[in-house]
Amino acid sequence: MTDVSQDALFEFLLRMGDNTLILGHRVSEWCGHAPILEEDIALANTALDLLGQTQLWLGYAAEVQGEGKTADDLAFLRDVWDFRNLLLVELPNGDFARTIMRQFLFDAFNSVVLGHLQTSGDENIRAIAEKASKEAAYHVERSADTVVGLGDGTRESHDRMQGALDFLWPYVGEMFASDDNDRALAEAGIAPDPAGLRDEYNALIKRVITKGTLTMPDSDFAHKGGRTGSMHTEHLGHILCEMQWLQRAYPGCKW
Amino acid sequence: MSNEWPLWEIFIRGQHGMSHRHVGSLHAPDAEMAVKNARDVYTRRNEGVSIWVVEARHITATTPGDKGPLFEPSESKVYRHPTFYDIPDEVGHM
Repeated sequence: MTDVSQDALFEFLLRMGDNTLILGHRVSEWCGHAPILEEDIALANTALDLLGQTQLWLGYAAEVQGEGKTADDLAFLRDVWDFRNLLLVELPNGDFARTIMRQFLFDAFNSVVLGHLQTSGDENIRAIAEKASKEAAYHVERSADTVVGLGDGTRESHDRMQGALDFLWPYVGEMFASDDNDRALAEAGIAPDPAGLRDEYNALIKRVITKGTLTMPDSDFAHKGGRTGSMHTEHLGHILCEMQWLQRAYPGCKW
Repeated sequence: MSNEWPLWEIFIRGQHGMSHRHVGSLHAPDAEMAVKNARDVYTRRNEGVSIWVVEARHITATTPGDKGPLFEPSESKVYRHPTFYDIPDEVGHM
């Protein structure tokens, strides 16, 4: 096990925390608008769980950064180019099918990653992973059931789910696009190299997608730029506008 | 065919050793989703250790009109209540 730089660790923690922050915000947009009351509550619960995980990841990130900042500072006072979330999670909700499919594709990834992080050499990461993986296990069970229910549902729900899968598929590859940062953490025994998780992930989602009578797309094309911060979609700026305006307009405001 | 999901009655056991109690109802397409919805709707604040769901149509209930024959006869039978016995103090709380 080799030592890893604080910068590399910080980068990793942002990637974890920004995923849950941005997806949590996206999912919360459904609050009061979901097609049925029970789904509305379930989605809001998921959004809150994701924000809870964000607090842990970004809280630790702020500690590692060592500039006296907090999780809130990182969430509300960074600009687009500093965010390290996957492009997948910043995409607009679209219809309910796209929201559910995006949730499933992320939940599956999150549950696989968190499973491996429970044996991390970093005890803080281990503790966060242990807590978050119970939530993630429920999230993926729920979203998988909904993918199957809607995929193997009516003609319309099936077509919408297949459309959602085809649309989102090019955003899945980024999860496994490792860079030097990932390799450094893997060598140090802190986090798994994402490239090595693809088979486990594919096996999980293939089972669900097939059960939902949907077809796995066979393209390998992947949009990238989110987890490295080199090129987010135009949607992230709009999310931050809404999410950050209060802290920007009234700096330091508390309630 | 109705487009509405069936109604489910939800029972939650608050802690080990207690009975499941009816807490309310919700809609869900099947039993598995009813359990998940119940988890999200009724156990958010750590209310339970076990959930039962039962589709409302499977519950057979008494009707208010049957109140007379069903319940009133027991009103006048005080001897059915074990209130005519002196319980020794040593027994404690029963």
